[in-house]
Amino acid sequence: MTRLLALAGVLAAVAAVPFSGRDYYATLMLPFFAYSVALLGLNLLFGTTGLLSFGHALFVAVGGYTAAFLASALQIRSLEAMLLAAVTVAAIVALPVGWLCVRYVKIYFGMLTLAFGMLFYSFLYKFYALTGGDEGIPIGRPSLLGRGFGELDKTTYLIGPYYYYSLALAVVATLVMWRIVRSPLGLSLRAIRENADKAEYVGVRVRRYRFYAFVLAAVFGAAGGVLLVVPTGLAAPPLAYWTHSGNLVFMLLLGGFGHFFGPALGAFVFIFLQDQVMSVTEYWRFVFGAVLAAVVIFLPHGLMGVLTRRADA
Amino acid sequence: MTQVSNLLLGGVFHAAALFLVAAGLQLVFGVQKILNLACGSFYALGAYAGISAVKAALAAGVPAPLFLVVLIGAGLALGVLGPPIERLLRTIYDRDEAFQLLLTFALVLMLEDVIRFVWGAAPYQLGGVYLVYGQVRLGAVSIPVYNFVVIGAGLAVAAGMGFVLARTRFGRIVRATAENRGMAEALGVDMARVSSRVFTLGLVLGTVGGALVIPAGAAVNEMGIELIVEAFAVVVIGGLGSMRGALVGAVIVGVLKAVAIAVYPEAEMLAIYVIVIGVLLFRPAGLFARAAA
Repeated sequence: MTRLLALAGVLAAVAAVPFSGRDYYATLMLPFFAYSVALLGLNLLFGTTGLLSFGHALFVAVGGYTAAFLASALQIRSLEAMLLAAVTVAAIVALPVGWLCVRYVKIYFGMLTLAFGMLFYSFLYKFYALTGGDEGIPIGRPSLLGRGFGELDKTTYLIGPYYYYSLALAVVATLVMWRIVRSPLGLSLRAIRENADKAEYVGVRVRRYRFYAFVLAAVFGAAGGVLLVVPTGLAAPPLAYWTHSGNLVFMLLLGGFGHFFGPALGAFVFIFLQDQVMSVTEYWRFVFGAVLAAVVIFLPHGLMGVLTRRADA
Repeated sequence: MTQVSNLLLGGVFHAAALFLVAAGLQLVFGVQKILNLACGSFYALGAYAGISAVKAALAAGVPAPLFLVVLIGAGLALGVLGPPIERLLRTIYDRDEAFQLLLTFALVLMLEDVIRFVWGAAPYQLGGVYLVYGQVRLGAVSIPVYNFVVIGAGLAVAAGMGFVLARTRFGRIVRATAENRGMAEALGVDMARVSSRVFTLGLVLGTVGGALVIPAGAAVNEMGIELIVEAFAVVVIGGLGSMRGALVGAVIVGVLKAVAIAVYPEAEMLAIYVIVIGVLLFRPAGLFARAAA
């Protein structure tokens, strides 16, 4: 009950951010929503199933590029259509990629996902006619639920309708994932993480369930990717670069992958810390590397681990 | 014909540096069981330090033909970074691979900014020494002798590593540790010392590799995170933990890249990943992997 109240409190606070009058912080929340959605997928793969992907950015990029392609090449403005197309394309891409990747576990899985991510990156970079090469594809302002909001200026649009649209989508995605993790599928995935041989022995079809997890992760990644490119107005190759995947895993670990809300917390802290550090020094990567090292060594359960330990004590 | 040999030589030149980095990666993976994402950053560090060292040496009046010695010296000197970094990694040897991978990712982030801080963001170049050793005419094209020097150095390191691993006491200990860490420790191997030395050796292979190729090009901030992907391709093709695999993998990747750039530039990296995925499909453990690697 207290958890539910805490959750409602957080949600209310997040919904109130645009009214704080600090537009800048409200725009920072947009990538937070996007990454929260994308990380739900990554956490299903790593936290729940035990497969560490170093190529999740592939699906974020697939989502972002699909949306941008729809907007630029096909003149489709509806964000719902973009989301639908993005998750469909991501699922289609994830079928062969996942089929190949889930034959491996541990470090091989990580390396193979990284290879696929970079494969897509070089595709984006080199096939100029389709992807815009290093310039990427611009994406204009999409319409939300059929409304264009042409009368609003860009910031008002982003921290107004788009803000609540993103928030609502993040909440829906979270509820869906909550349901998945608590379904028989989620239970099987956890069994696989704990002991794949034993899971197989009691009748869980390990490879098939890992494959389901992979495709679901891709779908969430792509939805996050769509949300990510709209505020920046551009889908560009760095979305698919392996360091972007590394940052996604960083957020996951920072928040704590063992906890359902860990990834969202990680994304939040990552984005706001990055903003603060970048305003102080241009060498934010060094600071972040040090933070990551400290988290890896001293806080293996992430920030959520610290919070819940306090709560339980 | 000359064009083909020119192409192959360019590929092998790149392969020599790639081999050095991949060999370092393999060595560390073999003993510490850590896939070191930062090996590309060591390569970049070696490149930048090599340029600075040669510039300083030339300014101090060292004759130009000695620049090769200065480059290798700079790479070796960076070995002092080995023990402290290994000490940091030692805190997580018994943890899940995910944490190990992430800690080396933290090193990647930090070293990238260290380089940016010390040498700046603009490309850094070592002009004027590349052709000091002259050129060889091969039909219609001329190839800098330095390219052969680097290829020779790569082969020499390969042979030296092979000798050290197969014939010396240190090599036997390294192989024993890679085979069974607990047993080696039980037999009296000082694991802390072996780990520290192996990691330093792996780091130095990377820094020397970076230092050696740099007269032919310019050092840029992203060179480390770009190379790591190629080094990964090499070890996947060759098989994790195998030195012979690193050598063969480096030649495959180096030559393939050179050919792809000449024939169909769009496919440069694509071709490499296609090979990687093909190998993973048909020889999942790589071409030269030992069983259960």
